[in-house]
Amino acid sequence: MNQPVNPADIHKVIIEQQKARNRKKMMVNGVLFLLLLAAPFMMYPVFLMKILCFALFAVAFNLLFGFAGLLSFGHAAFLAAGGYTTGYLLSNFAGLSTELGILAGTATATVLGLAFALLSIRRQGIYFAMVTLALAQLVFFFFVQAEFTGGEDGMHGIPRGHLLGLINLEDNLNMYYFVLAVFIGCYLLVQRIVSSPYGQVLKAIKQNEPRAVSLGYNVDRYKVLAFVISSALAGLAGSMKSVVFQLASLNDAHWHMSGEVILMTLLGGMGTLLGPVIGATFVVNVEYQLSQGPLRDWVDPILGGIFVLTVLAFRSGVVGEIQKLVDRNFK
Amino acid sequence: MTRPVLEARNLTKEFRGFTAVDDIDLLIREGSIHALIGPNGAGKTTVFNLLTKFLQPTRGQILYRGEDITPLKSAAIARKGIVRSFQISAVFPHMTALENIRVALQTAEGSSFSFWRSGSTLHKLNDRCMELLDSVGLAEFANTATVELAYGRKRALELATTLAMDPKLLLLDEPTQGMGSEDVDRVVELVRKAAQGRTVLMVEHNLSVVSKLCDRITVLAQGAVLTEGDYQTVSADPRVREVYMGSDGSGERGAEPPTDPAEEVAP
Repeated sequence: MNQPVNPADIHKVIIEQQKARNRKKMMVNGVLFLLLLAAPFMMYPVFLMKILCFALFAVAFNLLFGFAGLLSFGHAAFLAAGGYTTGYLLSNFAGLSTELGILAGTATATVLGLAFALLSIRRQGIYFAMVTLALAQLVFFFFVQAEFTGGEDGMHGIPRGHLLGLINLEDNLNMYYFVLAVFIGCYLLVQRIVSSPYGQVLKAIKQNEPRAVSLGYNVDRYKVLAFVISSALAGLAGSMKSVVFQLASLNDAHWHMSGEVILMTLLGGMGTLLGPVIGATFVVNVEYQLSQGPLRDWVDPILGGIFVLTVLAFRSGVVGEIQKLVDRNFK
Repeated sequence: MTRPVLEARNLTKEFRGFTAVDDIDLLIREGSIHALIGPNGAGKTTVFNLLTKFLQPTRGQILYRGEDITPLKSAAIARKGIVRSFQISAVFPHMTALENIRVALQTAEGSSFSFWRSGSTLHKLNDRCMELLDSVGLAEFANTATVELAYGRKRALELATTLAMDPKLLLLDEPTQGMGSEDVDRVVELVRKAAQGRTVLMVEHNLSVVSKLCDRITVLAQGAVLTEGDYQTVSADPRVREVYMGSDGSGERGAEPPTDPAEEVAP
């Protein structure tokens, strides 16, 4: 009954398919890249930068949630830690070049992420989410009390400064292309991580943790690494955001923000690369459009309704559902 | 006499006053295929979980080639070469068959933290993956998502994944559970092949499988060792018949009473 199969032939097919998939990925990336390059000539750059910052935040969150299966309810802490650190440094040290301030913000979020991870990683599911939420609330109250954050008022007038001491970031176009470069770099990094040898192990842990343990993997360490990378990128998003808006506020540290990034990720499609980007774009747009019109007091209920609808009807999110359609019809 | 690979001394596990495993001594000899049988609730799977440290023993000691491995963690025990399978088929459902096996090979390969490296650095493991898949008759499914494989094939894949670790001691938790007779025969052949040069400890309900494969059998009942010996000795033991038949009405479905293997397996 069994036809004779040659393992080498099958292997060749697999490699070919993988190459085809990579080519497709490159094409999608290329198209998006061109769009983003041209975008500031069609839309207001600051608005685009807001989208990119939130997209980066969601991409970072999705690395942990979508690819490692860990639902953190405390990612606002990293966004805020990055933002406040960068804001404080750039405001108080005039000669500091912008990228160093951003790096410092990212580093702070990374260290904070490591602390969160070590305290929470042994908990599973909802308990993990609760521990991260509790820790993030702790950080929130610290930012409320600490003097340098400006408390309820926030931190205003953060200077954008010069990139590498050369490029004037007060210019919105310069700023935009800087944000775009950072975003693309991070996006490609996450793409790389997901398909790397480490990404394979992470995938295995997400799908069947006891089995991964029985194959000799010390799963907690892999999860901690995912958490730390995720919080670093979230911190970077916060740092960029504070430079773009010249503002760091308590909003970023509020648990509301941790919820919003979950919404963005689920809406766009968790566990897909593009999903969080689409989700962030959508949410930022909806918030902006609604706040301009008569429904401005209804932003939260409307987003909530969309969230409920997504969870009930489109579990895989926009990108996930499209992927399913494509798989079903073009296979 | 060959030396023991694995030895458990006074192994005990209590759950809030309930003693699931009660002071068990176990000796697994090098190169043997050793079966752990007994009615449901006898503590077989608990013993497995204790030996691989998925559960922490309340008391007792586990020795691997004379070395005390009781304090080690599950992952460390696996890296020592004691690899287990699970009662429910333990695969990574949304990875292809090839990727399933490759994850096991990655443990030894040492790049499993390299998040900056390209996934194509793993291609050098693919040949070995294909070999292992071929050995369990799954080569043609290499690129199939595991969730789409039939149950018997999942179990075969699981076995191949376990073998990819090149374990010295293989712990199989009911490898034929829920299988039709054709699949059972295939698994028996696979286990026989896998056991060459290895030691195997298996929990198994299907006594015809046990009679065909195993050269030593430990019978557990109510968390304790009832008796031990080869198939002839054990199946002749009236106490074994009693726990299996459930003379006091405590018997269970799924387990057949031991019978002469000749009755079940037509030559």
